[in-house]
Amino acid sequence: MKKLVAEGISKRYGERWILRDVSLELHEREIVCLLGVSGAGKTTLFNILSGLLLPEQGKVWLQGEDITGQAGHISYMLQKDLLLPYRRVLDNVALPLILRGEGKKNARARAAEHFEEFGLAGTEKCYPGELSGGMRQRAALLRTYLSSQGVALLDEPFSALDTITKGEMHRWYLDVMGRIDLSTLFITHDIDEALLLSDRIYVITGQPGQITDELCIAEPRPRGQEFLLTERFLAYKRQILGLLKLSKQQ
Amino acid sequence: MTKKLQSITNKLAPAALIAAILLIWQLVSSAGLVPKFMLPSPTDVAAAFAGDFSALMGHLGTTLYEAFFGLALGVGLSFVVAFLMDRFSFLYKSVYPLLVITQTIPAIAIAPLLVLWMGYDIAPKVTLVVIVCFFPVTVGLLDGFRTADPDTVNLLRSMGAGRWQIFRHIKLPSSMGHFFAGLRVAVAYSVVGAVIAEWLGGYNGLGVYMIRVKKSYAYDKMFAVIFLISIISLVLMKGVSLLQKRVMPWNKTQKKG
Repeated sequence: MKKLVAEGISKRYGERWILRDVSLELHEREIVCLLGVSGAGKTTLFNILSGLLLPEQGKVWLQGEDITGQAGHISYMLQKDLLLPYRRVLDNVALPLILRGEGKKNARARAAEHFEEFGLAGTEKCYPGELSGGMRQRAALLRTYLSSQGVALLDEPFSALDTITKGEMHRWYLDVMGRIDLSTLFITHDIDEALLLSDRIYVITGQPGQITDELCIAEPRPRGQEFLLTERFLAYKRQILGLLKLSKQQ
Repeated sequence: MTKKLQSITNKLAPAALIAAILLIWQLVSSAGLVPKFMLPSPTDVAAAFAGDFSALMGHLGTTLYEAFFGLALGVGLSFVVAFLMDRFSFLYKSVYPLLVITQTIPAIAIAPLLVLWMGYDIAPKVTLVVIVCFFPVTVGLLDGFRTADPDTVNLLRSMGAGRWQIFRHIKLPSSMGHFFAGLRVAVAYSVVGAVIAEWLGGYNGLGVYMIRVKKSYAYDKMFAVIFLISIISLVLMKGVSLLQKRVMPWNKTQKKG
C-alpha cells in the first residue's frame, strides 16, 4: 500500500526554481532514500512534504488524503537532534502527543512504552545534555515515530555522528525498523549509507533538483557491514556514481 | 584537590581586599585624618547598627514590602508586555525604542513627580519600583524569546504546534536564562528604587530613616543604613540565583554531555 505520494512538486524562491516536477512514492514499511549532492533541493522537498512550505505546483498525499501545505501530519528529523535541553527525555519524546492535545500523563505513559524498544530504557528522567550523541538521535527518532502517522522523514540523521557510532546506529536503525510499523524517506549524500539502508533509491540531481533515476536495491534487510564489501555492493555503487557523474556532465 | 584550593583562593582574594579596605578606613578614622562626624570608623558604624537594630528592622520591613510589591507588579507587567511585543512585530518595532528612551530618564528625577502626584503613601514608592524593574526584565525576556532556535520552532510546527504552543514549549523556556539575568538586576534596583522614593517623603522605611539621621548629623547611623541596604541587595540577588537553580535544573547537567 502506498503511504506517501508526492506528485509533480515544483518550488521556487523568487525567480530561482529549486525543484522541478518531483514525484515519488513511499510504500508501507519501506525505507526509501533520496540521494543527491548538496544544493539539489532535498531539504526544500522535505519542508514541502512536512507541510511547512507550499509548493508552486504539485500535491502531497498521505494514505490517499491530500495534505499539501498542512503541517502536523508528517514530522521529520534532522542531523541536529533538536531535543529541548530543558525537558527531560521522556517529556521530549512525549511532546508531539502533548501538542496534539493528549493529557500529560497519558502522553508520558504512551511514550514510555517505547523506551525499551528504542534502546533508551533508563534515560527517561535524564536531560538531553546528559546523553551521548547516539542516544540523543535515538530519542529524536522515537519522537519522530510518535509524531508521525507511520511516515518519518529523516534528513541526514546520522551524518553528525562519528564513524563507529554511525555504524552502530545503522545496525540499530535497521533492527528497529524490522519491528515497528514505520515507512521512512531518508535524505543522504552518503552512497554507502543509502545502499546499506534502503529498499529503493531516488537519485536527485541538478539545479533545479529533479529526480533523474530510481534504483531498487533487491537485497534482504537487515544488511550487515559485510554487505559493504561484496561485489554486488560495488556494482550498485559504480552504477550510482555513474548516474551522478552523468548528470553533472549534462 | 588543586581545583578546591583554587576555589578557596578565588573566594579568599575578594574577602582579603574588603578586609584591607576596612582596616585602612579604620586606621584613617582613628588617626584623626578625617573628622569623625564626617567619616565614622567601621567600628562606630557596627555599633550604630547594633544599637539601632530594632528600628532598622522595622524600617526594613516597610522598604522590603514596597520593593517586593513593586517587583511583583513590574515582573508581571514585563511578561505581559514582552509577550505582546513578541506576538505583534509592529508593537516590537514601535515600543522597543521607547523603552530604551525611558531607560535614559534617571529614576531619581521622576521620583519627586511621583510623590507630587501620588502623595506620601506607599503608591509613589511602588510605582517607582515598578518603573525601575520593568526595563531589565522586559528586555531580558524579549532577548530570550529571540534566542529560540528557528529549526526547533520549525520542527514543532511540523508536529502541528500552534503559535501559543510554540511560545509555551520553546520561547518561554529558552528565555529563562535571560529572564533571570534581568531579574537579578531588577531585585537590586527594586530596593534602591524604594529607598530613593522614600527620601522624598513618607512615614516609614529605610529611606525615610536615612533622611532623618542625616538631618541629625548621625553619620554613623547613615552608614549603618547604607550597609544594610547593600547586604539586603546581595541576599536578594543570591536568592534569585537559588531560584534560578530550582527553576532551571537542566543547567547544571548541560556541561557533561
